[in-house]
Amino acid sequence: MTFINYASKEINCKIVYYGPGLCGKTTNLQHIYDSTAPQAKGKLISLATETDRTLFFDFMPLELGTVRGFKTRFHLYTVPGQVFYEASRKLILKGVDGVVFVADSQEERMDANIECLYNLEENLRAHGYDLMKIPYVLQLNKRDLPNVIAAGQIVAELQRKGEPVIEAVASSGVGVFDTLKAVAKQVLTELRGAG
Amino acid sequence: MAENPILLREQRFYQIKALLARLRLDAAARLVVLVDKDGQQIAVHGEQGDVDTTSLASLAAGNVAATGGMAKLIGEREFPTLSHEGERESIHISLIGRVLLVVVFDERSSLGLVKLRSKQISHELASTFAEIERESRVLAASNTMPFNEITDDEIDSLFSESQL
Repeated sequence: MTFINYASKEINCKIVYYGPGLCGKTTNLQHIYDSTAPQAKGKLISLATETDRTLFFDFMPLELGTVRGFKTRFHLYTVPGQVFYEASRKLILKGVDGVVFVADSQEERMDANIECLYNLEENLRAHGYDLMKIPYVLQLNKRDLPNVIAAGQIVAELQRKGEPVIEAVASSGVGVFDTLKAVAKQVLTELRGAG
Repeated sequence: MAENPILLREQRFYQIKALLARLRLDAAARLVVLVDKDGQQIAVHGEQGDVDTTSLASLAAGNVAATGGMAKLIGEREFPTLSHEGERESIHISLIGRVLLVVVFDERSSLGLVKLRSKQISHELASTFAEIERESRVLAASNTMPFNEITDDEIDSLFSESQL
């Protein structure tokens, strides 16, 4: 939920990166963290297992700049992708303002993408949100791998409502900021309509 | 928009700060942080030192969400308070409606005192926050929010300024 503080002149919004296990959600955040100026970001918190799989969530606050005298701060979260962390995944969506679905472009992960997208819709609904109404971006990640499906084919399977689709290679940063921009822009545009 | 935004006006913000200051004094606490259940820090008072209160807020909300999930699994609605005791520093968290009151304290205080003072102030915090929610709904419905007139150019310039 967007939080507007008139005293500190800040707008705080929550963006969640969602997607199947090992699709690159944490890698997206890691790249944003590594590429932004120290004054624009807080700590990157990773609640991960000993083998670096997300256990609960990753979190980083990011300040974009000032609009109408208010500092805009985005709180970026990832969810654990593994199926058995379903209960935790659902909790992270509470109060979300925008969602990025990170799809794994590899052929053998298409079923996992479809299942996870269905799971996202279910979990949003459980919190009273509708994917069709919430700011949302589809990222096609791992476009550099040899066994990827054509972008058009993934879009045909996964696009829900004409949302922006960004092709990405999160490990090298390609498309990462374009994705963040696309979702942040929708969140801010929604503020215009909030009244 | 997923939900109506919460709008915290200056007067309410300083009202909350005053309540936190009183709690900090009465509980002999090191630091008091008020956090939205979604993980956003609302106000902070006390010896911050090098404590990253933004991360603390996010982790406290995650902590409460996780224990709330456990509560439901065993047939409880929620666990209204959580305490974590360390060797030198401890944390007490209480759920007050849609906000979390996080108190960091050390050997200058005790868990019993922090619990008691947190409970004593919870009614005032709850009623203040109920007012804030009511005001937010009124403001959102009145079309007087500061971002109603925001332009695409302004949003775009935000991204060019931040060099993303």
